Amino acid sequence: MLNSFMQMRLKGLVILAVIILILPLFMSNPFHYDMATQIAIIAATVVGLNLLVGYAGQISLGHAGFFGIGAYFSAVMTSNYDWPPLPTLLLAAALVGVIAWIVGRPILKLKGHYLSMATLAVGFIIAIIINNEGWITGGPDGMPVPSFSVFGWELSSFNQYSFLGMEVNGYKAWYFFAGLLLLLAVWVAQNIIDSPIGRALRSVHGSEVAARVVGVDTARYKSLVFVISAVYASLMGSFYAHFTGFITPHIASFEHSIVLITMVVLGGMASTFGVILGAAVLKLLPQVLADFQELEMMMFGLILMLTMIFMPKGLLPTAQKLLKKKMSRKKVEEQA
Amino acid sequence: MSALIDVKGLDKAFGGVNAVEGLSFSVDAGQIYSVIGPNGAGKTTLFNLITGIYTPTKGEIHLNGESVVGMEPNKLAERGMSRTFQQMQICMNMTALENVMLGRHLQLKSNLLTTLLRLPSLLKDEEDCRDHAIELMKFVGCGEYIESDASAMSYGALKRLEIARALAADPKVILLDEPAAGLNGTETAALEALIKKIAAQGITVVLVEHDMKLVMGISNRLLVLNYGRKLAEGTPEEIRNNPDVIAAYLGG
Repeated sequence: MLNSFMQMRLKGLVILAVIILILPLFMSNPFHYDMATQIAIIAATVVGLNLLVGYAGQISLGHAGFFGIGAYFSAVMTSNYDWPPLPTLLLAAALVGVIAWIVGRPILKLKGHYLSMATLAVGFIIAIIINNEGWITGGPDGMPVPSFSVFGWELSSFNQYSFLGMEVNGYKAWYFFAGLLLLLAVWVAQNIIDSPIGRALRSVHGSEVAARVVGVDTARYKSLVFVISAVYASLMGSFYAHFTGFITPHIASFEHSIVLITMVVLGGMASTFGVILGAAVLKLLPQVLADFQELEMMMFGLILMLTMIFMPKGLLPTAQKLLKKKMSRKKVEEQA
Repeated sequence: MSALIDVKGLDKAFGGVNAVEGLSFSVDAGQIYSVIGPNGAGKTTLFNLITGIYTPTKGEIHLNGESVVGMEPNKLAERGMSRTFQQMQICMNMTALENVMLGRHLQLKSNLLTTLLRLPSLLKDEEDCRDHAIELMKFVGCGEYIESDASAMSYGALKRLEIARALAADPKVILLDEPAAGLNGTETAALEALIKKIAAQGITVVLVEHDMKLVMGISNRLLVLNYGRKLAEGTPEEIRNNPDVIAAYLGG
């Protein structure tokens, strides 16, 4: 039993790793790598958000705010004050964790629309601060961010690296680094889901009253998952800032929060691999439909609506279900 | 023997309606204690008061000598109180086995670091928890559903699953809210045997039930409610011959 469960977890991770490794065969220029790296970072953010939305059943319409704090804290401290990137990124995550805990305690007592409104407001406040404090954040014009480095080793899209005797371009190095981050994010998320803490979280979604009578302190667990998902967003926000080298307040905006939520809903709530697919689809869609750029927000709204109506379980779980149905039908036909 | 649950002068009003009024009774450890009464008599309200879902308007509730009025359900669970619901509360987003494992929440140490890194100590605990949950599913007669999703189970099986989850917490007392509702004759007979087995393990059972045959057969004592008040209390024999009870049930 336990073994089959662990095998299932491992299978998903291996498939994801293989996809990350073979994807470069289909990518021919730096732009493709840039896109893929962004997708991996955003996907890791959404994997964290899914813990809150998909598994624990709590809505956040302000997660871009936490992403924004991570990004801007890293950007401001490393560029204006020469702080080293890695400790700065960790400090940002800790800071966001504390902020999420303080705001989370009271607002997670709210349910449904009220919770959405409260998280929305938190996101707005963060976005407004970033926009208005131009003396430190550059305001609406954005600000440049130094490249990421650890112990003097610098990771930049413009550098050249040699790895096991191979010459690797900087953008490729970033791609594989982001792939590694995504794998790590998925591994940690799965560890949480498949544990007593994860069961408690899912029970909050399944039946809050049942959770309480078996001894789950539901208020504490809701805050905990809110903090975890916010820390995910902050970490990935910092990495995103270092990767792109330039950030604007848009990354903390309400629109970005909606995009993140849409990725969860489209890909599949409570499906870790589903939301990665959701992130990829929604990151690539604007590229494909570049001519209709001004309709982007409308498109996201439409996708959100259509998914809710026709595919409430999301892309991957729905596809899995169809596949299972087809297979069992095939089996029946073969036996007949 | 001292009382495990001791209720004194309990009142609960919803707006102008007194769902429970001036209720006093006590349940001794090791008993099967049943609460009966016509629809709307306040049985489920009483359960919700005892288990901390509702806070009483007035009155005292003692569990094992400790006052537990106003305590959150999860705090009561820590003190050995466990229950099932008339409107079943199963987590349909989880497997049957996970629902039972959830019942062991308090027995498991959940450390964030061991969870995030999935350290061996966690895996060992999880495996023990899983084994225990499988045992319990077999004990309540859900053995064939060990691999199933909760959403794939029949109504009767889900009722037993909820009992398994309540037992997983190693409770001192288990409150069953209409466990026989919606069950057929065979299932009810199996339930009766199950309740006896639970009581035989030394777990106190408090029961709300409409099925008179079941209740009279297994209870040590009964409490009869009518319009939120105590109509009678005593052994099945005393209740059967009580003129007030007969009047309330048969009219008159």
